[in-house]
Amino acid sequence: MPVLLTLGADLGSTASKCVIMQDGRKIAAQTTIPVGAGTSGPSRAIAESLAACGKNLADMHMVCATGYGRHSMTDAHMEVSELSCHARGAFFLFPKARTVIDIGGQDAKVLRLSGGRLNNFVMNDKCAAGTGRFLEVMAKVLEVETADLAEWGAQSTAPVSISSTCTVFAESEVISHLAVAADRRDIIAGIHKSVAHRVAGLVRRVGAEPLVIMTGGVARNAGVRLELEAAIATPISVSPLAQFNGALGAALLAHDRLLQQL
Amino acid sequence: MSQNPQETPVPAKTLLANLAANAYSDAWEAKKRGEKVGWCASNFPQELTTTLGVKVVYPENQAAAIAAKGGGLGHCEHAEGLGYSNDICAYARINLAFMDRQSCEEMNMPMPDFVLCCNNICNCMIKWYESISRELNIPFILLDVPYNSEFETDDDTLEYMWAQFQYAVKQLEEITGKKWSEKRFKEVRDISLRTSRAWLKAAGYCQCEPSPLNGFDLFNHMAVAVCARGTVEAAEAFEKLAEEYAQAAKEGASTYKGEQKFRILFEGIACWPYLRATSAPLKENGVNVTATVYATAFGFLYDDNPLSMMRAYTHVPNAISVERAARMRIDVGRRNKIDGAVIHNNRSCKLWSGIMPEIDRRIQAELKIPTVTFDGDQADPRNFSEEQYKTRIQALVEVMTENKKGKKQ
Ligand code: SF4
Repeated sequence: MPVLLTLGADLGSTASKCVIMQDGRKIAAQTTIPVGAGTSGPSRAIAESLAACGKNLADMHMVCATGYGRHSMTDAHMEVSELSCHARGAFFLFPKARTVIDIGGQDAKVLRLSGGRLNNFVMNDKCAAGTGRFLEVMAKVLEVETADLAEWGAQSTAPVSISSTCTVFAESEVISHLAVAADRRDIIAGIHKSVAHRVAGLVRRVGAEPLVIMTGGVARNAGVRLELEAAIATPISVSPLAQFNGALGAALLAHDRLLQQL
Repeated sequence: MSQNPQETPVPAKTLLANLAANAYSDAWEAKKRGEKVGWCASNFPQELTTTLGVKVVYPENQAAAIAAKGGGLGHCEHAEGLGYSNDICAYARINLAFMDRQSCEEMNMPMPDFVLCCNNICNCMIKWYESISRELNIPFILLDVPYNSEFETDDDTLEYMWAQFQYAVKQLEEITGKKWSEKRFKEVRDISLRTSRAWLKAAGYCQCEPSPLNGFDLFNHMAVAVCARGTVEAAEAFEKLAEEYAQAAKEGASTYKGEQKFRILFEGIACWPYLRATSAPLKENGVNVTATVYATAFGFLYDDNPLSMMRAYTHVPNAISVERAARMRIDVGRRNKIDGAVIHNNRSCKLWSGIMPEIDRRIQAELKIPTVTFDGDQADPRNFSEEQYKTRIQALVEVMTENKKGKKQ
């Protein structure tokens, strides 16, 4: 049987991610571009992934789009919500996963898996509290790169308390901490705590059944993850591919569809 | 209903639309004749005004129509400019803006000579109607229904309500110069009961598979259940609707176009500014609404004892305990065989939305179905994100699809 190539594109609100899989088993390419739906991000992410494995879009046996930009990807053969994609990706990375916490650019969600299938989920409400966007806004005020937040927060000795959940209010809270010369590391640790507590509320609604795993860009921030582990009193596993989980799931679902059609 | 047998029968849908429109034209005419006309809360016992023959119109109804026609934002902003906080229910803001402007493009109604308020839906209502009463310097009649945290309503509450009802009769007699008749009161109660039974019967056809109606139809027909329940015409129109559904069910026909793959509970007030945006993703995925609490909410059933009528008015969705509220949803969900639930976290209606996380938990636990919550607002268009809604519906459909596959295997 020829090698089956599938492409999963996760066109999120803040980043575009693409994964190409061989036979639903091996990752042939993975790319991320830090701009999302509606920008050049989606086409760049796809082009880079294809180039990385020396293929064209026409070589893909099935293309699946997910994320907020999924409807606008005309080359996709199928569209699946990011919730099902994250569930599928998580099951591939951690076959024992029961709870998936995904913190993306503009939403946070908690998924319950049963037998590798998405069984139930909760999502944050409309506001940006507890999402990647919240961290980005705070990083900007603090003049720190988002990617460096974890390192800064780890050095804190006395985290400040950030009590507002609203991004705009929390921003002014951070500014007032800065105005009284609070240590930036302590403010950052406080921000991590605030995001973690907000998301922990969602986790409790679904239940933190082990194995709990975390996906999405924010999973790379160890500060948030550690605070979240403490808040839900359960260890959390993170794959180095956490950020690609949605695209990975999309590529896997594309492969599942191919198998059904054979 | 006098219908010439040679004429093509008028469908119930048209009859109901005409009745809803007539309720407003009747009020305009009464006003022209110099009669006193009121603004009335949706769950105020309409038996009072119908018996007296006093015409009233319903601000909540009008606000929904204004919002559905795209006037929500302008009205809300106008009210906010008057100093009303945007945390206040959007129906209240829209109506307070209308009160100030006294007319609008979307839907006009006569200005009131008195207001009839009943807080069996929420206490926001009291301050809202008090504001109207003060601004326009008109009488404010209140039927106070204490919030009931128990499953059943105690007799003291019913006596308290009945005493207020009788006092309201006196107040309205004085204001309008109309005379109360016990005989007419009995007639009106009989007709209202007939209407309620017909409404419940029609809505009950949602149990059929496939359902002969698109669940969103109920949102439209409800207007008549609210404002004309005490009229023979409403009773006849709902009886006709029930007959049509019975016939459609026999033939496997439906006002829902397309295959009905999934059946859901749509919980909460409709998002009037986004009716299309909220119904289209359901339609595209073959999802029909077969359960809403509205179906039972306007079916007021009671016997000849006036306290029984008062009891019916304590069972409206926002006046009941969490236990009764959960039971209402779980029972209709089970009866109408739902595969999932879509829950509107309505920023306007705090009382309704506030209990939803717990209701959601109980629905999931008892019915073992997936649910999804979305943020929105019944009338303020600023509180809804179409994209977020679509994602949630798509994910819900994916889970329901997997569940169905699982059941088949
Ligand atoms: S707050 Fe809720 S119950 Fe009260 S008037 Fe508004 S929509 Fe109706």
